[in-house]
Amino acid sequence: MSLLTVRDLTVEFPGPRGTVRAVDGLSFALERGRTLGIVGESGSGKSATSLAIMGLHAAARVGGSIELDGTEIVGAGREAVRALRGRRMAMIFQDPMSSLHPNHRVGEQIAETRRLHFGASRRRAREDAVRALADVGVPAPRERARDFPHQFSGGMRQRVMIAMALACEPDLLIADEPTTALDVTVQAQILELIAGVQRDRGLAVVLITHDLGVVARVADDVLVMYAGRSVEKAAVAELFTGPRHPYTRGLLGSLPRLDGPPGAPAPIPGNPPDLLSPPGGCPFHPRCPERIDGCATVRPELTGGAHPAACHLLSAPEEAAP
Amino acid sequence: MIRYLALRLLGVAGVLLVICAATFTIFYVFPADPALQACGKSCTPERLAMLHHQMGLDRPLWRQFTDYLTGVLAGRTYGDGPHAVQCHFPCLGFSYQNDTPVWDLMMDRLPTTLSIAAGAALLWLAGGVAAGVLSALRKDTLLDRAMMVGTLTSASLPVYFTAMTLMVLVVQIGGLLPYSSYVPIGSDPVGWAKNLVLPWAALALLYAAMYARLTRASMVETMAEPFIRTARAKGLPERTVVVKHGLRAGLTPVFTVFGMDLGALLGGAVITESVFGLPGLGQLTIDAIDKSDQPVVMGVALLAAFFITFANLVVDLVYALLDPQVRYA
Amino acid sequence: MTALLELDGLTRTFRTRRGTVRAVDGVDLTVRAGETLGLVGESGCGKSTTGRMLVRLLDATSGRIAFGGRDITRLPPRRMRPLRGQLQIIFQDPFSSLNPRRTIGSIIAEPLRVQGVRDPGPRVREMLERVGLGAEHADRYPHEFSGGQAQRAGIARALVTRPRLVVADEPVSALDVSIQAQIVNLLAELQRDLDLAYVFIAHDLAVVRNVCARVAVMYLGRIVEIGDRDTVYGAPAHPYTKALLSAVPLPDPVAERERERIVLRGDPPSPAEPPAGCAFHPRCFKAQDRCRVERPVLAEVAGRQAACHFPEVH
Repeated sequence: MSLLTVRDLTVEFPGPRGTVRAVDGLSFALERGRTLGIVGESGSGKSATSLAIMGLHAAARVGGSIELDGTEIVGAGREAVRALRGRRMAMIFQDPMSSLHPNHRVGEQIAETRRLHFGASRRRAREDAVRALADVGVPAPRERARDFPHQFSGGMRQRVMIAMALACEPDLLIADEPTTALDVTVQAQILELIAGVQRDRGLAVVLITHDLGVVARVADDVLVMYAGRSVEKAAVAELFTGPRHPYTRGLLGSLPRLDGPPGAPAPIPGNPPDLLSPPGGCPFHPRCPERIDGCATVRPELTGGAHPAACHLLSAPEEAAP
Repeated sequence: MIRYLALRLLGVAGVLLVICAATFTIFYVFPADPALQACGKSCTPERLAMLHHQMGLDRPLWRQFTDYLTGVLAGRTYGDGPHAVQCHFPCLGFSYQNDTPVWDLMMDRLPTTLSIAAGAALLWLAGGVAAGVLSALRKDTLLDRAMMVGTLTSASLPVYFTAMTLMVLVVQIGGLLPYSSYVPIGSDPVGWAKNLVLPWAALALLYAAMYARLTRASMVETMAEPFIRTARAKGLPERTVVVKHGLRAGLTPVFTVFGMDLGALLGGAVITESVFGLPGLGQLTIDAIDKSDQPVVMGVALLAAFFITFANLVVDLVYALLDPQVRYA
Repeated sequence: MTALLELDGLTRTFRTRRGTVRAVDGVDLTVRAGETLGLVGESGCGKSTTGRMLVRLLDATSGRIAFGGRDITRLPPRRMRPLRGQLQIIFQDPFSSLNPRRTIGSIIAEPLRVQGVRDPGPRVREMLERVGLGAEHADRYPHEFSGGQAQRAGIARALVTRPRLVVADEPVSALDVSIQAQIVNLLAELQRDLDLAYVFIAHDLAVVRNVCARVAVMYLGRIVEIGDRDTVYGAPAHPYTKALLSAVPLPDPVAERERERIVLRGDPPSPAEPPAGCAFHPRCFKAQDRCRVERPVLAEVAGRQAACHFPEVH
């Protein structure tokens, strides 16, 4: 059985100008010891998905099913989900500076979760925090545990966040753009750290990113999202060698690269969809260079075995016609 | 930290010196002759001249100012020879009206003002912060809207109106409490509180409303911070998220304002004291202004300035303790 | 090609609580008319400060800026004004650099009015068309735009006075990848049509590679390597350039997992406490004793300039 199973997930934000459907019928499964990269641009629903898994949506309506090791999260009681958070599943965020409490010492922020979930004594929890800092490569952990977040560099802060997330030995780690706010040389260190702890502890990792390079480095499987939907799912090598969805192809084509000949990339025309009034049919059709007749009216389903994509081009033309 | 503290204390001294000079200039360049005031109705030219000399008014203005400063810091002697009058530290001069040392007059009145300010502050801080936090946590619900309308109304009512209404309703019609007068807390704590409930309520209603709005705004902002999301992601119970993580960051600006407000109020809650007829510093000031009793006016002004600058210093020190990023700045 | 812009020993210091910080420390640079020079480096390397100084948004502490052969380092605002039209800047966040209370048309017209143009309307409309927004967008407000459209408006404002040099400070890093390429291509097209020179400031080495013919790599306020794009990217001479290139993940899972990577230790140091000798030595994988004491200067190394005692290529 998969550690994490998401079925037909929807996340909706009611608002004064209408309801935004940020995630629209998303399904995937993740095994222990594997890393799933969820790739998408702004408004694709990737972050809304991660918050739904953590049960952290306050104002949104969440539908469908999310099972963590057999335990349903959607619709479960607040206390039940809370007991899982920080214990069985943990999360790190894009900006480690604003994600750490500015007035609490770093050691205390880590120790707090040990006391909460394991009932550790103050003293024990403090020792655990020092060890957790050492595990993620913070030098002089005993001294640094007494420092405040603003006394750390960007990369060290993200290490602290990781130490905090891993403090209670969770099964699932959700990393939401964990290196986007960091310099590229520091990004390399943090990605190496995440890959290392994943290997050592057999963690399942959901890595949310806009950066296909990051996905190529650490993910085993990839899910590409567009306008709240999953448009393509594949093992990482297949996605990069044989992208099946025109959006994935567009994304790869528009990427500035260090390998291959330099030159102008091929952009995807148009702008990301307005989620208050999303396009009918396939949400990508207004920007799709390969669109055919049915694209504007019929919503394509995710089909295609081990490497599914949601595109009418992949099914027989007569089925695509309305 | 020591260096910082020393610098800040020096700053406070500087501010007080400037205020002292300013009030001195205003009151002593005043056209009315203080000696004439002190001389009374049956004033002879000889007596006036003697008083001029005794009060030091025949000396150059700058000497008068340094004399005044010396008095404040070390005490001074007015006049010389057999007419010499000793004025002990801290000497703020004598009231023209009854020749009592200004310091003694103020110390007489201070307990009343202190009682009014401290009680009211406790009430409004507790009430205002609680209402503000509740409103922030129930943002955009009916409760929140009702609370915000209520606080807006309460904040826009002038304090004398609230005070009068309370007095009419509770004392005159209800007969639930006596007319306020000051009973020292040492002799009768219950009587002390009973007499001060209404002034506390009048002041607290005004300030609590402002504090509720301030707290709400600050808490709404704080609860949307990423570190609050982190606290929830750790699995902390919502109560811990709010109390340990939210209030810690969200109440800092509230305490900053609180220090200043409390300091200002210690200089005398003029209107409240008047309405309830309580003999505090505010009443003393009104009275002194009315009678052109310059030493008293100046003394109260200096005391009020001291409270405010001192409160400001305390706030900054507490702020440095609360926020590690400004520590030793 | 002639030198359009020359920087000579450009330095900027800031006074902070912890002492004087040299954000930019003796930068020499030449930009030729019509070319694109890339300025890359990590946060705090001084690339943005350099960009702001050379359009005179920020005064230099010392050094010299010559634009079109004329020293503009200390030109007073009144005498700088006529030159403003020739020297423009595009910012990273298109929204915060556009006044939310004004229409796009009036925002774009503003630099023309400063230049004393009476009726900016026709030129504003022409510029809007050029950046692919269409004249009908002139009456809209910034919040009605998507990120890509807002950046197009920012470009229109910078280019409406027909500048000869444009500093583009991280012009695409706030945008989605699919939109980034649109803006990059637009900038290239405008350069061809309007004969512009760009100083393209970015942390993204891949973007710079696609846009710039020449590249300067900065570290802690100094240029550590500068040369033609193919020379620098093809065979970096400075160990920092090499590490930087090796840190960028390639969007190719097979190559990415097979390639040898240099993972630098630690974070970029704070400019408030620069290391002695070569500023890069505490993180450098080939640092020796000499690097800890003697600061290397830019010197010719295999067809480009690099500031390293032990360059990777000879």
